Amino acid sequence: MQYKGAKLLIETLCDLGVDTIFGYPGGAVLDIYDELYLNAHRIRHILSAHEQGAAHAADGYARVTGKPGVVISTSGPGATNLVTGIANAYLDSVPLVAITGNVGVSLLGKDSFQEVDIVGITQPIVKHNYIVRDAAQLEHTIREAFQIATSGRPGPVLVDIPKSVQTQAAVYKGFSEAKPKPANPMPDLTEAAEAICAAKRPYIYLGGGVISGGAEKEALEFARRISAPIGLSIMGLACIPYNEPLNLGMCGMHGHYASTVAQSKADLLIACGVRFSDRATGNVDKYRANCRVIHIDIDRAELGKNVVPDICLQGDVKAILTGLLARLQPQQNPEWLAEIEALKQHLPPPPADTFTPQNIIRAVRRHMPQDAVIATDVGQHQMWVAQHYPFTQTRTFLTSGGLGTMGYGLGAAIGGCIGSGRRRTVHFTSDGSFGMNLNELATAVSQNLPIVTVILNNGVLGMVRQWQTIFYQQHYSHTTLCRQTDFVKLAEAFGAQGVRVTCIRELNAALESSPDSPLVLDCLIDMDECVFPMIPPGGCVEDIRIH
Amino acid sequence: MQTERFTVGVLVNNHYGVLGRITGLFSKRGYNIESLAVGTTENPLYSRITIVCIGDAYTRNQVVCQLEKLHDVLSAALFSDEETVITEHILLKIRTSGNEPNALISDIILRFNGKVRDFGKGFITAETSAAPERIDAFIEAVRPLGILETCRSGALAMSHGNSDLLQIPEA
Ligand SMILES: Cc1ncc(C[n+]2csc(CCOP(=O)(O)OP(=O)(O)O)c2C)c(N)n1
Ligand SMILES: [Mg+2]
Repeated sequence: MQYKGAKLLIETLCDLGVDTIFGYPGGAVLDIYDELYLNAHRIRHILSAHEQGAAHAADGYARVTGKPGVVISTSGPGATNLVTGIANAYLDSVPLVAITGNVGVSLLGKDSFQEVDIVGITQPIVKHNYIVRDAAQLEHTIREAFQIATSGRPGPVLVDIPKSVQTQAAVYKGFSEAKPKPANPMPDLTEAAEAICAAKRPYIYLGGGVISGGAEKEALEFARRISAPIGLSIMGLACIPYNEPLNLGMCGMHGHYASTVAQSKADLLIACGVRFSDRATGNVDKYRANCRVIHIDIDRAELGKNVVPDICLQGDVKAILTGLLARLQPQQNPEWLAEIEALKQHLPPPPADTFTPQNIIRAVRRHMPQDAVIATDVGQHQMWVAQHYPFTQTRTFLTSGGLGTMGYGLGAAIGGCIGSGRRRTVHFTSDGSFGMNLNELATAVSQNLPIVTVILNNGVLGMVRQWQTIFYQQHYSHTTLCRQTDFVKLAEAFGAQGVRVTCIRELNAALESSPDSPLVLDCLIDMDECVFPMIPPGGCVEDIRIH
Repeated sequence: MQTERFTVGVLVNNHYGVLGRITGLFSKRGYNIESLAVGTTENPLYSRITIVCIGDAYTRNQVVCQLEKLHDVLSAALFSDEETVITEHILLKIRTSGNEPNALISDIILRFNGKVRDFGKGFITAETSAAPERIDAFIEAVRPLGILETCRSGALAMSHGNSDLLQIPEA
């Protein structure tokens, strides 16, 4: 069948199972948007307020569904507006396919109107990217782009399609010519199994790779089998239910006390689908001083990149954990687990009913279903949510772990809400981050999405201010916002509801009567609240500060 | 960790832009390139790149692992110092006093297995291929005569014996 490029694109996307696209139109993608108009019954297009929001939405959609997110933008400024979203997906290994228009092939390289070399610009932040100069290559390229984005360690792929290619006719084949990548051979598990049997104080560290590898069940079974506590990276956070006794929660710079201290006391660290970010390890030498390390990851370059393991297991984390389970008898480590229990008791619960971030987060949870989608922006509020939100279901936590992108949250919430089939969604933010991309409230309203934006409004760029408090002698350089933004009126101006909240009682009332449409809760909190525990950058467990 | 010179061979798809992806990876991750040579293989679908880098054992391992993650890289391999033929090529324009090569210059060129490619009033252009240290020695030998220009390729490398580190896939 001969189709013009734009139709070829849509046919290929449909064939690949894409039913939702986030994007924003413009001159260089008019032909594609014309096809989207004609194919509206097959592909749903969500129009954002800004291309960055569309990219974050596609990212959030991918994290919730496990399917690749698709975002489309026009050339030039449309394409450059995607850059932060692509980098965000790259650092968190999210499968994302970004499609950009460009000027016609004959105008390329001439600084034509709205021409940028988006392939060059995004090269360091994609798994791969393409410019398609001939419609005959388009179908194959799109199929390959999806394969790359979703295989191995997932990540973003960009396909740049010049306008002339969108109108050029070519044959639609309807199948993939790409050779499937050979599966990873199973590594030898003998040494790892022996090390695990010999360990008296094993500790399991789970990251985002466990979620993208679909190995949540195996990871939990593995922990129970060998009686090992579990620590989570921020990317792995929701992969084990909070109420699982072995789950110690997030470890690292702002991790839970028990989680971080237990890691430092372990004799064997079994790390699955993590990349040992500096935010998670602090001083690497001290981090692994007392333990042997088994590192399981699909990306060979991660094995030894930040922490040199004693045993490397490269491959699919689910297959490897299954292989280990087949070899391992149940182990008991009563003394180790008793020690862990004692660590867990270390921190007293906060006083009830005060309007602290922790109590706000827990109150919100009480009004949400178990499977609510939780998105955050970046800052103190993000860490508080990571520490205190009781996650029970995998793929419900959307946060910018690697890039730390302020402004990620609302777009991600929109994509996550849509990807989950419009489940209740909470967007935790603060005044700084919200100010960056709050324009996407327009999208939440136009799609009538059940998203609650909870602003932990401290009037400051709290996380930066916290560092100024601790490391810069309270020199509050440009972190006090002194703004007069009325978030309630702002919400109303967008067509959403807004409520100002100053105590837990008001918060409960607002949540009880909350609509199934966008709601903004402006929660006024103390600007001097800090995130604790905290290990200073480059520090170790001995440097942990509790208050 | 100790820093050393090492040589990596990379088999890549012969598309435009691939070289940029390779050098982009090196600059993004802070790996040093000392020389780089690229050319198509006997199969025009593929090119082979030889990169000489400086780094410690950690960098050596990361360079290969990160290269292999690039979609356009079919394979990447480290060459061992002992088991590898390494050669470079140089074109040298040397100052002369007359219109023709004199005995001294001809003698040096001969000693380095070189050839005269061009000459005229006040200059002579010579070329040779040899191991990098021999090329260095060649340059030093003619330096006193006066060097007008040099143009030196990156190193080319191939493993000793019958092993094929970077085999082109069957069609
Ligand atoms: C786009 C972007 N710019 C700057 C930063 C640096 N940064 C990290 S946290 C932070 C403060 C965030 O303030 P806010 O959103 O109000 O959150 P809070 O810490 O107050 O909870 C800043 C400026 C960033 N992470 N992202
Ligand atoms: Mg703030």
